[in-house]
Amino acid sequence: MKSLRKTELAVIGGGPAGLSSAITAMRQGAEVTLIDRDPVLGGQLIKQTHMFFGSKDQFASIRGIDIPSELIKALEEGPGKVKVELGTTVIGYYDDGVILMEKDNRATTLLPQRIIVATGAAEKMLPFPGNDLPGVYGAGAVQTLMNVYGIKPGKRVLMVGAGNIGLIVSYQLLQAGVEVVAIIEAAPHIGGYLVHASKVRRAGVPIYTSCSIKEAFGRESVEGAVICRLDENWQPLPGTEKTLELDVICLAVGLSPLTELLWQAGCKHKYVPELGGYVPVRNEKMQTSIPYIYVAGDAAGVEEASSAMIEGKLAGLFAAASLGYDHDLESLAATYRKELEELRSGEAGSKIRQGLAKLIGGVSVAS
Amino acid sequence: MRIEEHPIISFKRGKIVSFFFNGQEYKGYEGETIAAALHAAGVKVLSRSHKLKRPRGFFCAIGNCSSCLMKVNGVYNVRTCVTPLQEGDVVEMQEGRGEILAQN
Amino acid sequence: MLLAKTGVPAASDLAKVIPSEERLKKGAVAIIECFQSIPCNPCQFACPRGAIKEFADINDIPKIDFDLCDGCGTCISKCPGLAIFVVDATYGAEEALVKIPYEFLPLPAKGDRVAGLNREGKEVCEAEVVRVQSAKGLDKTPIIWLSVPKDYMMEVRHIRLKGGAVS
Repeated sequence: MKSLRKTELAVIGGGPAGLSSAITAMRQGAEVTLIDRDPVLGGQLIKQTHMFFGSKDQFASIRGIDIPSELIKALEEGPGKVKVELGTTVIGYYDDGVILMEKDNRATTLLPQRIIVATGAAEKMLPFPGNDLPGVYGAGAVQTLMNVYGIKPGKRVLMVGAGNIGLIVSYQLLQAGVEVVAIIEAAPHIGGYLVHASKVRRAGVPIYTSCSIKEAFGRESVEGAVICRLDENWQPLPGTEKTLELDVICLAVGLSPLTELLWQAGCKHKYVPELGGYVPVRNEKMQTSIPYIYVAGDAAGVEEASSAMIEGKLAGLFAAASLGYDHDLESLAATYRKELEELRSGEAGSKIRQGLAKLIGGVSVAS
Repeated sequence: MRIEEHPIISFKRGKIVSFFFNGQEYKGYEGETIAAALHAAGVKVLSRSHKLKRPRGFFCAIGNCSSCLMKVNGVYNVRTCVTPLQEGDVVEMQEGRGEILAQN
Repeated sequence: MLLAKTGVPAASDLAKVIPSEERLKKGAVAIIECFQSIPCNPCQFACPRGAIKEFADINDIPKIDFDLCDGCGTCISKCPGLAIFVVDATYGAEEALVKIPYEFLPLPAKGDRVAGLNREGKEVCEAEVVRVQSAKGLDKTPIIWLSVPKDYMMEVRHIRLKGGAVS
């Protein structure tokens, strides 16, 4: 029998959080294995054609699609080496700390001393009649089609959700030459950055707040949708229905953390709607209730990619420190925490602050 | 349905390959996923729900949702949204849940 | 209607960022239509003259020193929100110059007559393209220079090419 493969630190997920974790832990001296199910690193960054917000440290003013190459460069620069396993899905966690991976229909195992889970988030679904028709897509799928494969999702789109994803994907649809009929938002206010909203408005796309989708219709695929206004209690207002002819309904109604592995490992979770639903309980070191498992990025609570990168740095830093690589720990941790605090300190960060207060405020975890 | 020119992205497309869907020949680019190639060719229905036989299409594009499970080269339940297209692929809509085939 | 409901800044929002008549008479000047406190600061490092005031906090709303700004437009393509425009009220007797970011294809060409769209995407006037900046340094955010009737210099913020598709 072959001996069990080992690594000091396994980082699961090669998006902004996972890449940042791996780079930071490697720089501290840890031996790192970075695993991603996709054939390329970068996670959802590879679909983000817009310039990032934040500050220089989080690549502000650089387009999302150009960020992976910067991070990969840092990963390859060393001084240490990170073993990258692509096309590899982590599908199981065993009580003895072994993780089970699948690649090309073959299973392999790995025994890490520490794990950072940076698996990101999945899109939420919205219940309405006809939501299973072909032509109803998650916003991420529309981005994949357009921005990875250069394929238009259809001709006329209804965007459901005016958070940053709904607004940004609407703009990207216009850039791809697709008509956006309207953006509808159930809340009374636009949830995303208003500069994104202004960009699509001046290009002629209406945004309707307090408005929701009642049904999608079509025989073999979407042929139209009925939308309606909502009252103050988010209930449909009778008589306000409007029928739109279109072939694409794009759902951008939020994300929820992808934490199956953490559930399987037995990490404590808590329901915090501000962070996207059930999130793993963790401390300020990004350490979960199982001391050798850390978490970062959207898996730790849905937020912007800029924050995910800093959370990744923190998780990488503390996971490495727990392995004995604690060079400059205090000053680096202070720097990263300050950056995170700044990103979350404004009006746009209030929801995150409330969520984190609920998550880290009450529950004690092992440290 | 292909985007020919884009203000931000220059698409690097692989070579054109032929594949079959329900017996009919289609063209796609090597390296893109099977579901993407079918979408570009205007194929919207990829599967049917088991009981009510309602149409199912491209939904998540990251291998999570099961909406695009198809029979590819004789193998059932292939997640076509994350499976790269290869020359000569035989893609079929599958009936029901499919079966587990004996390996070798 | 509120900006947060419509995505369109109200007159009261714009009043806070539009330079005085006096300043407009002196020539080109940048206008930052960014009204929400978000964590974003590239603009403060974009200005070669230091006209965009230093932020105390990354969530600050940018402020321009209109006396230092000469309307060069370097900041336009650096703003991730594409919220910066340049207006030159002294451009002509009847026309003003408006510089806008434009990330769509096809790009208009110098001399083209295009529809000038307001912040709601409605056509308000005809505009003439007088220059198209699309150097590599702009990182795929070309800047279109438009000659518009003076009455519309504070209205026109986007264009539609004649005979072309939306935006």
